[in-house]
Amino acid sequence: MRYLPHTSANIATMLETVGVRHLDELHAMIPEDCRRKTPMDLPAPISEWELNAHMDELAGTNAVPSGCKVFIGAGAYDHFIPASLSALIARGEFSTAYTPYQPEISQGTLQAIYEYQTYVTRLLGLEVANASMYDGASALAEALLMAVRITKRKSVVLSAAIHPHYRQVVNTYFAPTGYDVHLLPYGSDGRTDFDSLADLAPTAAVAVQSPNFFGCIEDLGGGGAAVHRDPGTLFITAFTEPLAYGLLKSPGTLGADIACGEGQSFGIPRSFGGPGLGMFATRQAYVRNLPGRLVGKTQDREGRRGFVLTLATREQHIRRARATSNICSNQSLCATASVMYLASLGGSGIRSLAALNHDKAEYLKQCFKKGGVSIPFESPTFNEFVARLPQGFEKTHRRLLGENIVAGLHLERFYPELRDHYLFCATETSAKADMDRLVEEVCP
Amino acid sequence: MTEAVGTPGLKFNEPLLWEKGSPGRCAFSLPPRDVPAHSLDASLLGEGPDFPDLSELEVVRHYTRLSQWNFCVDSGMYPLGSCTMKYNPKSHERQAGLPGFAGVHPLLPPGLCQGALHVMYHLERYLSAITGLPAVSLQPAAGAQGELTGMLIFHAYHRQQGRLRHKLIIPDTAHGTNPASAALCGFKPVTAESDSCGILSADAVAALMDEDTAGIMITNPNTMGFFETRIRQITRIVHEAGGLVYGDGANMNAVMGIVDAARIGIDILHLNLHKTFSTPHGGGGPGSGPVCVTQELEPFLPVPRILRGPDGNFQVDDQFPQSVGRVHAFYGNFGIQLRAYCYIRSMGAENLKKASQLAVLNANYLKERLKKDYHLPCDRPCMHECVFSDKYQAPHRISTLDIAKRLMEFGFHPPTIYFPLVVPGAIMVEPTETESLEALDRFVEAMQTIAAESRDAPERLYHAPTTTKVGRLDETAAARKPCLSG
Repeated sequence: MRYLPHTSANIATMLETVGVRHLDELHAMIPEDCRRKTPMDLPAPISEWELNAHMDELAGTNAVPSGCKVFIGAGAYDHFIPASLSALIARGEFSTAYTPYQPEISQGTLQAIYEYQTYVTRLLGLEVANASMYDGASALAEALLMAVRITKRKSVVLSAAIHPHYRQVVNTYFAPTGYDVHLLPYGSDGRTDFDSLADLAPTAAVAVQSPNFFGCIEDLGGGGAAVHRDPGTLFITAFTEPLAYGLLKSPGTLGADIACGEGQSFGIPRSFGGPGLGMFATRQAYVRNLPGRLVGKTQDREGRRGFVLTLATREQHIRRARATSNICSNQSLCATASVMYLASLGGSGIRSLAALNHDKAEYLKQCFKKGGVSIPFESPTFNEFVARLPQGFEKTHRRLLGENIVAGLHLERFYPELRDHYLFCATETSAKADMDRLVEEVCP
Repeated sequence: MTEAVGTPGLKFNEPLLWEKGSPGRCAFSLPPRDVPAHSLDASLLGEGPDFPDLSELEVVRHYTRLSQWNFCVDSGMYPLGSCTMKYNPKSHERQAGLPGFAGVHPLLPPGLCQGALHVMYHLERYLSAITGLPAVSLQPAAGAQGELTGMLIFHAYHRQQGRLRHKLIIPDTAHGTNPASAALCGFKPVTAESDSCGILSADAVAALMDEDTAGIMITNPNTMGFFETRIRQITRIVHEAGGLVYGDGANMNAVMGIVDAARIGIDILHLNLHKTFSTPHGGGGPGSGPVCVTQELEPFLPVPRILRGPDGNFQVDDQFPQSVGRVHAFYGNFGIQLRAYCYIRSMGAENLKKASQLAVLNANYLKERLKKDYHLPCDRPCMHECVFSDKYQAPHRISTLDIAKRLMEFGFHPPTIYFPLVVPGAIMVEPTETESLEALDRFVEAMQTIAAESRDAPERLYHAPTTTKVGRLDETAAARKPCLSG
């Protein structure tokens, strides 16, 4: 096996040094009643050649953009990834390093993450960002737990227009805590209805998503003001499509206390939903309540600029049961990919790309409208929107799957009241010709 | 001594991204516009983020230079205890990058993603075969999230039994994630004290286990690098009092093909695919932390589950009413799971067992070669890692930190230092099976040289490292006046 360098002669030499006669004796201290009785039932090993063929074959059974037109986003978006990024992120110096606990030989990772934190704060309009979390959903759950810690209040409120899977993850994290999770309904325009906030008891945090699960751009300014009528409540804004903030006002400028969400859109392939990137930013005042790793700037003995992991007294390896989170890693490589992506776009590029995404989705939406399809939510959208299709569209949807077109995501399984409602997504990768074909098939 | 692998080398300076560039540059190729522009309501528009504009070559040089300041497995031996920094096969990067995997949308109907589901379904079966535990969820995104999932299952199980329990036994040698994960689920960690080798006695557990105790979290082999020889008695005591046993599988690399977690009496075990199963650590993630459970606990696993229908096709099912729910937006870190799948397919049962044997051989070899020069708190056969301390160097006013920093100049990543907490000045060495005898000998030589320098030339250690991009950094100042963005 090419990953195991030991020759028989090496093994003999080493066994002699160790003072045992056979490899099997190395585990002699393990009691008999802890041992396996049979070998592990695994397939026989295959060569690199066979593995390539096997994986090529499996990969060929998945519907991907080269052969299939997938018009769904819903938390995982198809964006172009430059070859320069793929080449840089593949460098073993980034991918095969560990957590930068030894800063003198980890400055590459540390500076990249410091730059990542800076880009996240600039994108979201907040003062501090952590070094990233597992994904958008767990980032939201951690944000709500952080709000509970800060406010010492035992309930939180979620907008019903937050990605249903994110809400499920929040419920999972909150189940053993005894804290209540309330739901804020969405209105007929597809946006969160903040009016019912007044009926709720004081709460630790109110969380919304913008653009929300229906693609609608929330009124964060109005929502933030409504939430902050109780100055003790934190306003959390989540996102699944951060590219929108290339165009839209940032959450921080609209009153968000914490902004968090998924960063997959920034140079990370969808990979069946992971690994992605949990982005997390907040106000300076809350920095010591932040979950997750942080990289900070400092100096060496010669006065040279350098970076280290810092404020570790919040974290599990120091504070153990009293830590701000149990998280021990970050999605370092994904965070690095995302800042490479944003560095490639630049301030001008992200604006143009965000505008193009909006234009593509708007084109599709207008074509649907012209074709007689109803667009039930009238709020402005970014690169996703909901369409209400004629009864029985399911059959057409199934037929189109056979023709390698995924015509939106049926919302009924998430929102039983939204029968025949489908969520569509178009990005810069959606060609006009493909959208025209979709319109032809979808419009009655 | 033999010429060290570490040399000063050519290192470039490189500013921060926003200290470079010029407005109007772009390193991104935008597609030609084929649809009309549509303006958004002006009240929604922001000014756009303040990012510098860079050319493609500026971006490429920036990250190439940064990368050259990193130590990594590809460049040298990384004997970081508890982290299993083994070789990360390049072939797996190719497989994960195939457009047919990298481009799959997670909400596709199962009929359009059978290849991805095949990988997940079979990886679950393989991990089950390796651990002996019948049911698996790949969803946790890292080891600590696996622990959290385990604690959620503890909580759900006891609730179903009709009695919530509030305490949880955790040995003093445990990783910090253990008590932190337990606390997230409302359990109060109770510390079980181990002996001088970190071994837990059955009596210590019996004294703590009661009807308000949900169970125990135990790392085996433990963080001192020893197998918990009383584990069968311990699991029996916990089960007899109605508790559950959580196994932290961080050290699975020592015992593949040798130990049966189910026979031991473990109810839930998480694995770190980024340790035992060779997926790259990525500078701190992404990892992957699947959990393996007994038949009894299977109904509590996170949803969705991957099932196989009678027609042989793979399905996705979230109808498990007792499930703890979702812990990830989709299926966890699929790209990492896929690399572990490739590793197991490439290794097979015999090579996996051999990997564990060689990992243990390498650790014991280092232990024997180094124990004259470095204090070994517990001199007995170890598993895949061994723990030394700076006790012999302390009289010369040399600490573990000094030893670690000097090692860098020889071209080695330092071992894990100051952990486990039960050994003052701990130096925890885990060579892994992918290091050759020659590499180990070079490491031994470097460590011996440093031991001699501690006596004869301690200033070399105080000043180390001098050949790296930066010298020792002021971590106190970084924490006192945090500067977290530019």
